[in-house]
Amino acid sequence: MLSRKYAKTACAAALAALSLGAQAQVSGGSVKIGVLTDLSGTYSDLAGSGAVLATRMAIDDFIANEKPNFKIEVVTADHQNKADIASNKAREWIERENVDTVTELVTTSTALAVMKVAKEKDRLVIMNGPASTPITNEQCNDVSVHYTYDTYAVANGTAKAVTTQGGKSWFFLTADYAFGHALEKDSSTVVLANGGKVVGSVRHPFPGSDFSSFLLKAQASGAQVIGLANAGADTTNAIKQAAEFGITPKQSLAGLLMFITDIHALGLKSTQGMYLTEGFYWDRTDETRAWSKRFFDKQKKMPTMVQAGQYSSIYHYLRAVKAAGTDDTSKVMAMMKKTPINDFFAKNGQIRDDGRMVHDMYLMQVKKPADSKYPWDYYTIKATIPAAEAFQPLALSRCPLIKK
Amino acid sequence: MEIFGISTALLGSQLLVGLINGSFYAILSLGLAIIFGLLNIINFAHGAQYMMGAFVAWIALTRFGINYWAALIVAPLIVGFVGVLIERLMLRRLYKLDHLYGLLLTFGLALIFEGIFRDQFGISGESYEVPELLSGGVNLGFMFLPIYRAWVIVASLTVCFGTWYMIERTKLGAYLRAGTENSAMVQALGINVPLLITFTYGYGVALAAFAGVLAAPIFQVNPLMGSNLIIVVFAVVVIGGMGSIMGSILTGLGLGLIEGLTRVIYPEASSVVVFVIMVIVLLVRPAGLFGKS
Repeated sequence: MLSRKYAKTACAAALAALSLGAQAQVSGGSVKIGVLTDLSGTYSDLAGSGAVLATRMAIDDFIANEKPNFKIEVVTADHQNKADIASNKAREWIERENVDTVTELVTTSTALAVMKVAKEKDRLVIMNGPASTPITNEQCNDVSVHYTYDTYAVANGTAKAVTTQGGKSWFFLTADYAFGHALEKDSSTVVLANGGKVVGSVRHPFPGSDFSSFLLKAQASGAQVIGLANAGADTTNAIKQAAEFGITPKQSLAGLLMFITDIHALGLKSTQGMYLTEGFYWDRTDETRAWSKRFFDKQKKMPTMVQAGQYSSIYHYLRAVKAAGTDDTSKVMAMMKKTPINDFFAKNGQIRDDGRMVHDMYLMQVKKPADSKYPWDYYTIKATIPAAEAFQPLALSRCPLIKK
Repeated sequence: MEIFGISTALLGSQLLVGLINGSFYAILSLGLAIIFGLLNIINFAHGAQYMMGAFVAWIALTRFGINYWAALIVAPLIVGFVGVLIERLMLRRLYKLDHLYGLLLTFGLALIFEGIFRDQFGISGESYEVPELLSGGVNLGFMFLPIYRAWVIVASLTVCFGTWYMIERTKLGAYLRAGTENSAMVQALGINVPLLITFTYGYGVALAAFAGVLAAPIFQVNPLMGSNLIIVVFAVVVIGGMGSIMGSILTGLGLGLIEGLTRVIYPEASSVVVFVIMVIVLLVRPAGLFGKS
């Protein structure tokens, strides 16, 4: 296809850490991490080069703090949000370059494709960018970790908050692909469970640019809340155009999956008052601020939850390799699941048997322009959603690994 | 009141929105048609040039305080000048070769432009506010029409029909058309044909940039905004008949309306309906609706 034309920007860079002592039982004497992400497309701001940077920061910090006796290498590639490119790259990395773990994988379709390859080859997959719940349900496997967030968690936080505060009737504007459908489904369930009703929905082509037709339908529906079950540029354009057509503030918008980079791009004027759920906010604690400022110095943008989660998950992985004394997939996975995660990103985070990392999520409200005191001062934290409530309970799991 | 179970209010509003989108299709496909008709170049960089128009407007506003109205003139001039350079330095060497070479060159340029802007501004893009004078809207009874959208229709149609008039009804246009028919003969009559051709490409590019400025307050200004649109616009040009000036304008508007209708009836199909029509037109009338076979 001529329009999908991003030149392949795959670049391989090696970060070698010299260590003098005896080598651990690590294959080839080195742990190799492959960061497979969107480096050029619609998700490259929320994951992309920032996720690569976070990976390198995690490795540098790990080497400085833990003095491992194995080398750590990184390779990176652009999967262009295409499942076939992602699975081919993962296969090449595993077969020819002996990559131990493939990480990041924004866009659900690429994640699902790579999970299959990794299972077949017995290597680890650690996912931060993709959102859909099937990753830890129907499609789950024992070599995969879904770390930062999922559609259940964000829908649960935002849809519940908006519904319980009086936004009882909903209309969904949904991106017409697997992720949008999952987000709409998860959100509708929450709306209904909290006494709301769904008066309609419309599915728009992905990616879209003009949403006015769909917004007019949403307007005609008379719903109090228009739920945006899409992401990235689709969400930002829909918000912009809703204001243009006078839909907001008469009806309110709920961005079901938004990142701080979206808020930054749109500005506070058109996003103020919106609720959203994130797994990380840079300005939450002294620890998050300290890490985020280091990130900002290099990237010139504050980190998204995906990028912060990428750092946390890679650090956790490397620690598990060191503790297990091997890069053997099942042993490292057992160690990762056994060890709780305690860092700036998560407190008492735990990886469950379905691969889901559960941790606290945060319900945010976007500040008014007048309340924003310094650059990237965008959110007020309205509530902390405890880990046990934030994610889908195991009792509802559709993952075959979970024995009931 | 309802027609086929669809309320007339919804139908009316969707047709109007379709017309607005059609205005963008018209102005973009017009630029492509002029460039193809007079230069025989399939300008694949058109989407990138549209994006550059929007970005120049944004940069002009945020860095230099140049307002929207000035940007409507300045951005097309700047991007058009880039077009002139491209024509002088690169495209000129390709006229004697197959269409494919021009397509590949402009495709490559589009990738480079998009890459540069992505590197500089990231993918999430920037917001451009609707100018004060055109903010707000009017209630038409069946819908709330933002004044800015109404302005888009007016501005786009004015430029489209102005361009058509210039090419089909003025002496300059006559030179242009003659120059492409038989450049040696026109050259012999003392007219500088290469200059005319450079001007034509620059003008086509400036049209794309003009559309970009019009689009800036509506869409998030981002590096991929053009590539999302350009394939549809190519389909419009093919349906209208490659190189047909009036054909591209009318087809652009018409397809905007059809797309609007599809969004009422079956929204999932709205992104493919243009291509379905393209296939049918190519089967029945390979030269396009307005093309001369």
